[in-house]
Parts: sequence; structure tokens; C-alpha cells
Amino acid sequence: MSDQLLQLLFSGLTLGSIYSLIALALVTTFNITGVLNLALGEFAAIGALLAISLYATGMPLIAAFILSIVLVAIMGGVLERAAIYPARRASGLTLIIITIGLSISLRGLALLIWGTDTYSLPAFSKGGPFFIGGAALNPQSIWILGLAVLTLSLLYAFFELTYAGRAVKAAVINRTAARLVGINPSTVSFWAFVGSGALGAAAGIFIAPVTMTTYDMGFMLGIKGFVAAVIGGLSNVGGAVLGGLLLGVLESYSAGLISSGLKDALAIIILLAVLLLRPQGILGVLGERKI
Amino acid sequence: MLRIEGLDVYHGYVQAVRGLSLHVKEGELLAILGANGAGKSTLLGTLAGLHKPAKGNILVKRKGDTPPNKEKGNTPVGGMSQVECPQLWKDITNTSPEKMVRQGISLVPERREIFSSLSVLDNLMLGAYHRYRRDKATILCDVREVMEIFPALKGREKEMAGTLSGGLQQMLAIGRALMAHPKLLLLDEPSVGLAPLVVREIMSILSQLKKTGVTIMLVEQNTRAALKVADRALVMERGSITISGSSAELMSDSKVQQAYLGRARVQPAWGQA
Repeated sequence: MSDQLLQLLFSGLTLGSIYSLIALALVTTFNITGVLNLALGEFAAIGALLAISLYATGMPLIAAFILSIVLVAIMGGVLERAAIYPARRASGLTLIIITIGLSISLRGLALLIWGTDTYSLPAFSKGGPFFIGGAALNPQSIWILGLAVLTLSLLYAFFELTYAGRAVKAAVINRTAARLVGINPSTVSFWAFVGSGALGAAAGIFIAPVTMTTYDMGFMLGIKGFVAAVIGGLSNVGGAVLGGLLLGVLESYSAGLISSGLKDALAIIILLAVLLLRPQGILGVLGERKI
Repeated sequence: MLRIEGLDVYHGYVQAVRGLSLHVKEGELLAILGANGAGKSTLLGTLAGLHKPAKGNILVKRKGDTPPNKEKGNTPVGGMSQVECPQLWKDITNTSPEKMVRQGISLVPERREIFSSLSVLDNLMLGAYHRYRRDKATILCDVREVMEIFPALKGREKEMAGTLSGGLQQMLAIGRALMAHPKLLLLDEPSVGLAPLVVREIMSILSQLKKTGVTIMLVEQNTRAALKVADRALVMERGSITISGSSAELMSDSKVQQAYLGRARVQPAWGQA
């Protein structure tokens, strides 16, 4: 029994790291631009599908990986200019609906290009699973966890150690004052979307070897990432990571111990519970300033 | 160095500035006085690019060292009529705030608007954002220079700006604006909510700054303090200028005394009979 619990914890943490990555991208973009980008799951799906197609042309895995991230980052920037920038004075609700529209369009585009087939990517490192305490740990899980840790450290380094990061923070803290010292918030917003495109694509590619990659996998990913972000308080970067891991572990245990049909329903139940009981999230303080 | 011609600015349907024309001279300290809602802050906000004027022009003098058609060289001897004068004034109406800073106009906004959850040092460094790439190496020297102007900020570089007292926050806000190396510094009510001693300190710093060649426009409700340091002052009422003149003239103007300096009109008939 304890083997099984450990096994479920491992798969829960793997799943959770994926949700954390999506939630991280969601929260960072939201903090910077005030736009909740619900098309983020599609960025991940298209990133994964692109990498798979590029790899299928005979490209080395690492090249396919990088090229796909660059392409999705460009796509993020183009979409920001085309759909978000013209509506930058609109209300938050309008902007959310725009991103929902983007998400549906991107899913449609993916369906046209890749069809309804299921694709997969080989694992990044060869070799079988490690056995720890009787439970198997897939090497790809370590890659995914590593990406989450790396992303978090890079984000921290950018915001705390670089001048550009400080300028982005300034634009978040006080938009008017930031404009008065010469920071252009619309440029900041553009780069935030480029960054979230790159991050979303990276997340999608990392999970491609362990999940079934289809044109519509972004939908559930996006929802899970959103739930993870809400658990963490929506504007709290640390909370987003914790929320993702928590959601992953809970899902894994409920699927393993109760019923696997419960897995997706659980996320929505948690979302409702958090919104009703603790809308500021587990780490959030009500009315706190962003970042 | 700055010319405003027939400026109209609206907030929604409310007209805040009405047909205002004004000439600001290089190196002067101009005080703008008036009651709440007279349009003073809107005027400064428009100059900083925060509000778009409905009508009128804002012009700045071009940098003296680079007249645009210097290249033409051979001036015709034929007489004055053929001489093409270089465009001395540059129209900067409808420029966005992030570009106004690059034109040398820096606003210290009402309520200071510092980056409260960043450190004092970060606030000052970000003030130089528009020239950071060019002057990376000397930014810290500029920070030190600003610290010399505001010694009270020394030793607090690492503190969160939001934890500073009101007076220090105001100094930080002015310091941040100075980091942009402005030619024209706009100050929106720097004395509001501050202790009289701090107000005096800030005003004396402004007159020091003026000596370094910065042109200053100072919006104030504290009429007495503003007139003490200003070279010239004007009074705004309902969006236009009603009185203007040198500080000394305004100080002795009976209308200004009555309305803004709190002195009752002298009425010799009273109490004598």
C-alpha cells in the first residue's frame, strides 16, 4: 500500500509540475499585463505538436525543441499585437473573452494542421525508470520538475537582479509613474506575451513524451493551469507553483485511490471550493499589491 | 523654452483647460497658483503627455547646438528675405508620456507615485530609464549626485520606498524625476501633506535646482511658499490664466492677497468711527 501511495505521489508531482509551469506563465503574464491569457494551454499544445512535426522531419530533438519554442514565442508576440494591443483600453472581461477566442481559433488551427491523431515524442533521456522505495520514477518526470525549478529561478533572477526586470516590476506597481520615466507598458506587454509563448511551448514539449499529444490537449492544460493559479492566489508566483503541485498530487491520489473518472472533475471542485472559501488563494493576502 | 498656444483639455465632457497660452522662459521658476479644480494639474499632466489636448499646441525650443539645416552652408547674400530660418520650435503636442521624457520634460506627479515596493535605489535608477542604455556606466554617479541634493535619502538606498515618510517620498519623487536629466521639471503640489519645515527644505532645494539651469514649473496651493521661491507666477481660474506677473507683483496684488494669502482687504473705515 505504501508503495502505491509513493507511486501516486511521484506521478502527482510530475503532473503538478506541468500545471505549475502553465500557472507560472499565466500568473506572470497576468501580473505584468493584467490580461488572463486563457489561450496559454494552446501555446503548450502547439509547441508540443510543432516540436513533434519538426522532429519527424529528421531534425535532432534539441533543434526541434528550440525552433518550436522560438516559433511559439513569435506567435505569442504576433497575437498580442493583433488581438490584445488594439483592445488595450478595454475592460479585463473583454480581454479575457478575446483570449478565449484566441484559444478556440488556435485549437481549430491545430486541428486543421495535425488532425485528430495522437502524437508522441521520445523521452529526453534514455534508460528505464528509477526505483525509489519500491515506486518507479520516470526520468522524464525529473526533466519536467527540473524545468519548473529552472523557470522559477530564471523568473526570480530576471525580476530581482536585472534592470529590465525592475522596469517591468515598476510598470506593474505604478503604470502612470512608469510611463513618466519612459517605460512603455505596451512594449512590456508585448514581451510578456512572447515570454509566455516560449514558456508555454517549453512546458508542452517537456510533457509530450509522457502524455498523449493531441490538437485539443491545450484545453484541459489551460484549465488546470488556471485552477492552479487560482489556488495560489492568481497574482502570487510562489502560490502558482504550490497550487500546481497540490492540484497534481490531489488529482493523482483521487484517481488512484477513488476513481480515475474523478480526475478532471476534481480540479473544478477545487476551483469552486477555493473561490467560495478562500478567494485570495492559499498564499494570497486579500487586497495585496501585485508582485 | 516652452510655448503653449491656445490649449484646450477635456476630462470627458468637462473642460479643464480653456484656451491657455503661455511662454516659459529658459531657466526660470514659474509658479502656477489657483484653487482646486482650476486646471493646474491638468495643465502639467498635458505637458507630460498624460492628457491629450483637444486643441492647441505645445512647442519646445530645439536644442541650440543642432539647427536642422546647418548642412546647407552657403547663406545667400541676397538679403534677409531669402534666408531660411531654421525651425526653432518643435511641436510636441500629442506626444505620449514615455516620449515626453525623452524630450526633456519630467513630471513629479501629485501624490508622488513612487514605486512603493521597490527600493529607494531602484526608484532612482529607474528615473534614468530612458537613457539607461546610453549612460549605463554613469548612472550610479548620477544617483550619488541626487543623494547630494537630498542628503536625507543617504543611507536609505536599500529601504522600500513605500516605508519612507511623506517628506522623504516627495524628495525621492523629485530625485527620480531629476535622474531623467530634464530640461523642464514639472512639480505638482510637492508641499501637500508635508510639515512646514519639510516644505521649506523642498522649496529651498527647488531654488538651488534652478541655479543648475533646470527650468521649473511649480503648481502649488501653498501660495506663500511658492511665491517665495518663484521668479514669476500666474493664477489659474476655471482653466485659464487670470493674473500673471513677477512674484513680487503677485505678492502685493490685492486680489491674490485676499484669495490666496488669506489677508483681508484693508478696510480703514472700520473701527475708526
